[in-house]
Formats: sequence, C-alpha cells, structure tokens
Amino acid sequence: MSLPLTKNRHLHRFHGGLHLPDHKLESTLLTILDVGVPPLLTLPLQQHIGHIAEPVVEVGDQVMKGQLIARAEGFVSAPLHAPSSGRIQAIEERPFPHPSGLPTRAILIETDGLDEWGPLPEPLPDFEQTNRDLLLERIRWAGIVGLGGATFPTSVKLSPGKNKKIHTLILNGAECEPYITCDDMLMREQAERIITGLAVIRHILSPNECLIGIEDNKPEAIAAMREALKAAELEATEIIEIPTKYPSGGEKQLIYILTGEEVPSQHIPADIGIVCHNVGTAAAVADAVIDGKPLLSRTLTLGGDALKQAQNVHSPLGASIHWLIEQIGGYKTQAKRLVMGGPMMGVPLRNDDYPIVKGSNCLLALSPEQAPPEEPARPCIRCGECARVCPVELLPQQLYWHTRAKDFDEVQSYDLFDCIECGCCAYVCPSYIPLVQYYRYAKSEIWSQEEEKKKADLARQRHEARQARLARLEHERKARLRKKKEALEKRGAGKADDPKKAAIQAALKRVEARKAAQTATAAPNGDST
Amino acid sequence: MTTLVSSPHDWGRHRVQQVMLQVLLALTPGIAAMFWYFGWGVLINIVIATASALGAEALMLRLRERPLQPAITDFSAVVTAVLFALSVPPTLPWWMTVLGMLFAIVIVKQLYGGLGYNPFNPAMAAYVLLLISYPVAMTHWLPPSVLSKETIDLFDSLRIIFGGTPPASGWDAITMATPLDQMRNGLGQDMMISEIRESPVWGDFGAKGWEWVANWYALGGLWLLYKRVIGWRIPVAMIAGLVVIAALFSLGNPESYPHPLFHVFSGGIVLGAFFIATDPVTASTTPRGQLIYGFLIGVLVYVIRTWGGYPDGVAFAVLLMNMAAPTIDYYTRPRVFGHREDEHE
Repeated sequence: MSLPLTKNRHLHRFHGGLHLPDHKLESTLLTILDVGVPPLLTLPLQQHIGHIAEPVVEVGDQVMKGQLIARAEGFVSAPLHAPSSGRIQAIEERPFPHPSGLPTRAILIETDGLDEWGPLPEPLPDFEQTNRDLLLERIRWAGIVGLGGATFPTSVKLSPGKNKKIHTLILNGAECEPYITCDDMLMREQAERIITGLAVIRHILSPNECLIGIEDNKPEAIAAMREALKAAELEATEIIEIPTKYPSGGEKQLIYILTGEEVPSQHIPADIGIVCHNVGTAAAVADAVIDGKPLLSRTLTLGGDALKQAQNVHSPLGASIHWLIEQIGGYKTQAKRLVMGGPMMGVPLRNDDYPIVKGSNCLLALSPEQAPPEEPARPCIRCGECARVCPVELLPQQLYWHTRAKDFDEVQSYDLFDCIECGCCAYVCPSYIPLVQYYRYAKSEIWSQEEEKKKADLARQRHEARQARLARLEHERKARLRKKKEALEKRGAGKADDPKKAAIQAALKRVEARKAAQTATAAPNGDST
Repeated sequence: MTTLVSSPHDWGRHRVQQVMLQVLLALTPGIAAMFWYFGWGVLINIVIATASALGAEALMLRLRERPLQPAITDFSAVVTAVLFALSVPPTLPWWMTVLGMLFAIVIVKQLYGGLGYNPFNPAMAAYVLLLISYPVAMTHWLPPSVLSKETIDLFDSLRIIFGGTPPASGWDAITMATPLDQMRNGLGQDMMISEIRESPVWGDFGAKGWEWVANWYALGGLWLLYKRVIGWRIPVAMIAGLVVIAALFSLGNPESYPHPLFHVFSGGIVLGAFFIATDPVTASTTPRGQLIYGFLIGVLVYVIRTWGGYPDGVAFAVLLMNMAAPTIDYYTRPRVFGHREDEHE
C-alpha cells in the first residue's frame, strides 16, 4: 500500500551552507537539445573512479554504435562503448578534465555519420521477474557510473554486500550548484524514465522506503516527478521538496536533510543502510535494463554569460566542448574562465578542446565580469565567516593556518579529510583567500607523504627480509658444514667397516707381513755371506 | 586563454575593506552622541588618532618592505583609531593620542605581523598604556552637556588639546568625575547607593548623557548584528556575564553593590560589547568559545570595577581574554559532521 505523496516529513537542517544566486533560469528557457553526432569522439579510458578501462579495439577497426571498445579492469571499474559508428582513429594520450590537469589515454573515433547500431543484449522489461545478479551484471556491462559528477561505478554501489541491509534508497534531484540544470530538465522531460530506473534499483536493493529529494526551486521538475510517480504506482516512495541551500545535493548532506542520520566520518552511506543515486543515473539504469542500451550519452548544461544562449544538451560522450558550444550558437564574448562542472566545485579548463565525459554535468563559460577578480589574497582577519558557512562544521581558518605552517599532523587533527571541498568558505572569505586550494594542497601532500612512507616501509621490509634471508642462508650453510664435519669425525673414529679402507689396511698389513718375511729370510742369507 | 584557478569560480563579493567601513558606519550614531554630549574634543581626538594611525601604518609598511596597497586602504587602522579616540577623554593632550596610536599600530599591530596577526586589541592596548602612564589626564572627563554649566566651544577644545591649558575657570570648573568614579568614591566613603543616587547626575540606569551614548552605540551594534558583520554570541555573552555577577551581588546587598543595569549603561560596556570585544582578530572564533570569551570579559569587568584599582575594566578585561582566546578555541572545537561528540577529548 502506498503512502500519501505529500506526507508532512520533518526535514533536518545541516550546519552552514549558502543561499547562492542560482542562475538557473537562463538554461531552462529552452528544452534539451539533441546535438547529434560530431565528426570526432574522444573517449578517455578513465571516466570513472577505479581502475582504468582496457581497450579491446585497435586503430583502424570499424566499430558500431553501442559496441564495447574498452572493458572494465577489476571490480571497481567501468567499460566504455562506442557512442556512434565509425573508425578507430587513434588510441593515445589526450587532455582530460581532471583537477590534476594530466592527460590520460583515450580512444578516438572518427564517426561515419551513419550512427548505426551494433548488436545489443536482450531488453529486460520484466525486470521484476529477473534475477538480481543478472540486473547488476547488465548495469555493470552498460558502464553506468554516478552521473551527478562523482562517477563511482553504479553496479558497485548497488552491491553493498550481504551483511549490509539497505533500508532507505535516496534519489538525489537536489542539484544545488548554481547554473546547473541538467537534472532539473531531465526530471521535467523524462520523469518516467527516472522513475523506471528507480524501480529497477529498488528491485535490486529492496529497501523499506525510497525518498526523492528535490530542491524547492524546481517546481516544474517536482510536478513532473510527482505525476510520473503516481502513474508508476511505486510503493513507499516519496518525493520530498527540500529547501534550496547549497550544498544540499552533497550526498551526506542530502541524507542528513531527509533522514537526520549522519554518515560517520570515513564511512559510506551503505554502512548505515542508505544508498543514494543521482536522478540521471537512474535514467541510465532504465536505458540499460529496459532497452538493453549501454551508457553512450548524457545531458549537460552549457552555461555562463560568455555564451550567446545557455541551454541543456543531450550529447554523445566524447564530443568536444568546442563543437557543443558551436551547436548552441557559440560564444558571445571571450570566456575568462572555462569550468567543467558548477561554479562552486568545477574543474578549470585550459581551453575548449576537452571532451565531454560521463561525469560532465555542466560546462561554464564565464565572462570577465562573472569570473572572480584575480586579486592577491589579503591577511585572514579571523572573522569566522568560513566556519559559519561550513556544512561539515570544520574550522576552515585553523586548517588554513596549519596548512600554511605545513603542520600536516595538526591539519589532520582538525579533520581535513572530512572537508568536501564545497567551496563555501572561499566564497565568503572577505580576504579572498583560496581556502579550498590550500586544503587540496594539504590533502595531496599528506597522500604523497603516506605514499612515501609506504614506499619507505616497503623498502625497509624488503631490506629486513633480505638480511633475514642472508642470515638464514649463512646459518643453514654453517649448519650443513657442521653436520658434515661431525659425520666425518664420527666415521673416522669407528670406521672399520669401510670396505675400501679395510682393503687398503689389509693390503698394508700384507705388505708389512711380506716385508717382515723377506727380512727374516734375507738375514740368514746375509749371515751366510 | 582562460585562467586556471581552483574552485570556487564565484565569490561572495565581501571585502575586508567593506567590513571595516561597516564598522565605522555603525559607530556614527555613537560618535554623534558623544559629540552632542562632550563637544568638539571628541571629533578632534578622532582626527588626531586617525591621522597618526595611518601615518604609523604607512611608516611600518615601508620599514617592513610591504606594499602600501591594499593594507593602508583596508580601513583597519582607522577603526583602531576611532575606537581609541572614543575611549579617551575629550581633553586628552594631542601628543598622548599620537603616542597611543604609535604604540597601537607600531608595536601591538605591525610588529606582530600586521592585520590578522596581532594577539591583542591595538586600541585597548594603547588605552591601557596611557591609563597606566598618565592616570590623571586619562580621567579628566568632561561632564555631559546636559549637566554642564560651562560651554566649551571649538577654540576651547583646541586650546585644551593642543595647548594643554584649561580655560580661564580652571580644570575643576569644567571636568567632572565619570559616573563609575562617583559611584566608586561614594562607596569608598561608605555611602549607601540610595544616598549616592540622590545627586542630580543620575539618569534611569547610569548617569544622564552617558547612558544615552550607550544607547546610540547599541543601535549601531544592533545594525552590525543585523548585517552579520558581528555575531551575537560575544556581545550577548559579555553583557550576560556582567549582569549575572552584578545581579548576584546586588540582590544580596543592593545598598553596597549597584544594580546590574547601572553596570551595563556605565563606562565602556556597550561600546566594548559590540565594537571592541567582537574584534575578530583577537577574539575567540569557535561558537562555544565566543560564549565563554564574552561571558568571562563581562565577569572580569565587574571584578575590576568592584575590587580592582581602576574605575572601569573593559580594556583590561578584553586584553586578559585576548590572551586566553587561543586556549579557549583549542578546547571548544565544534563537533565535526559525522564524528562522535567525544572524539577530540
């Protein structure tokens, strides 16, 4: 029996957070544009958290749309499929939208414009009658990862382990970062697909209840989702309007808002019986299970006032940003900053020659007026605004001081690793201190120190093992020698039974006897002379 | 070519400069009230203090080989100067004001590394230096104009401040003990509070004039709270600390220990609570820490006023708690999301 859809639920408020100008109207004026297929697709092999995928095609191969081009390596990994038909042009290092700025190996497909599908696995519309492992296998095959931007392989998240009972499934439609509207538009236009995906995930996890959290600045999306949910008649599923406040779409923040439960530090939500998926991920799950289609494309927002017109596009993975921006009318002014992701947490890009990957929810082209001024940081006046807005209730300025002093032990004692890098602290800082940059620096320093320590430990262990082995060998050699010597001594003492020796001794005796006999006979002879 | 800068790529459009300007703006009702009740000396002191603070700041930035911009235009030295000028008597000789500002900016602020690095509140450190060194000059307060028989015009003020000479009628004719001093002297002569309060100088809670200055400071302080330039914890806790301890004694013996509201509306409490103790650089920064910090300032003010050697104790109390702020912060770290309450203990 289904619960009323508008049950009054007590929502919880997380500490801090910001009410940001949301800039969401600009990109929601037009419907999602299907951009078609670009002449070239660049598909980095690592578009997910986990092990890099391994190519299964070679340069020059013809591929069909949906054909596997790189397989998952290991449990936490995701495969890649050709988003369109064409020829493999190259497999080489290409720039990749990642904070490190380092390039990664990618497969380049020169498309043939036919967009011809290859063979696909059998659709599973009766998923409720399908074995769960088969569904998980299908989701894994499809290469689905968290499309909210975290890109953690979805099949892994859906396999929490036998001993972890999931009681609550949460669908994240909060979309709290300014400018980004791809989930909003997806919910407005494809709510049934999301609800179908939710039904599949729910069948796999069999939770007690499902909660769909959407910020209250998306009334159209909420209405569309309510409609779709009503039509689907899903039990114990509720759409919950949450107050708009950044970062309510952070996984741990959303779980707290909806359930009042805090995911313990260093733990994942499954540890407290909760699993949370993005609405876009649910839609991709529906495609994979109901239609047998792998993840080949995604919806993303192209925004920022350097563009002529902001809009959401449905784009094949691997399309270049440059090409996409051309499809929606191009630039209005030169972009001062290009950002993959939202303005609060996105990755800055050097140019628009980067490809769209599975985690790309937004591309921002900020004009010089919109981009923050590049002023040198001023001294911290300890005003405490940063601590007031921190959603994790850290003390950002203490982290900052200790990072500056390179006192990384102290930084960790102020729980650096609980920082979600949401950017609230840096946003409000009146001294323009790039706080998040300091925390990233501290984290990477600590990681590399730990790596060094691991290496040193390993080297020490190896050295110690070698010393021990040498000592053991020496000991064994000595023991062997000693044994031999002892054996020899023993033999030398009581060895009458050695036939050779006995023979020699017998021979010696015989010789002596003969000599004695000869002397005896010779003497009388001599005497006789 | 785009710029590669770490996220966030948007900013809240606050600036240090703006914070300082808001503080100055919030002080204007108080300054106007001070001018109304105590005359031109108040404004002359502000001008002298501001000019010498900016001069000292520029000198030190040059000696420390730091760029003048943006430090000189962040208005932090101006805030220090105005708070100092509002704390000292409107008759203070000009060179004492200059000396105080040199001490505040050169030693208390810049030698510790400039804005953000000073452990002590520069305005209060300067005030205490002068109070200890020149106790007489530092207690030459004028009576508020509502009680004064003599009028002191701009030229009288200039003569007093720059010439060091009292008007023809002499110091005694123009100066008057502050309400805190009167209360203290009266109690020192074993007078009952009801007897002391028979004098016409007293108003509703504190003394006439003085208590109205406090109201105008409070107005500016409330605006700062509303604009979120300061938090509520330090001012509320400081006044609460003072009221609680004053109430305990006053209830026990109302004829020897003045009413809590007398304490709130006398001396530097309201200015201190909203503008001085809230100086973020030298105060505690954790939410619980700010409550402790403010409360103890309130208690210390009472202790110093009641049993100490000086009539008012705001400056001493603030400096003492400045010393304690890092320790308070250390022991009052908030519980981080997803951590147990007892993890850091």
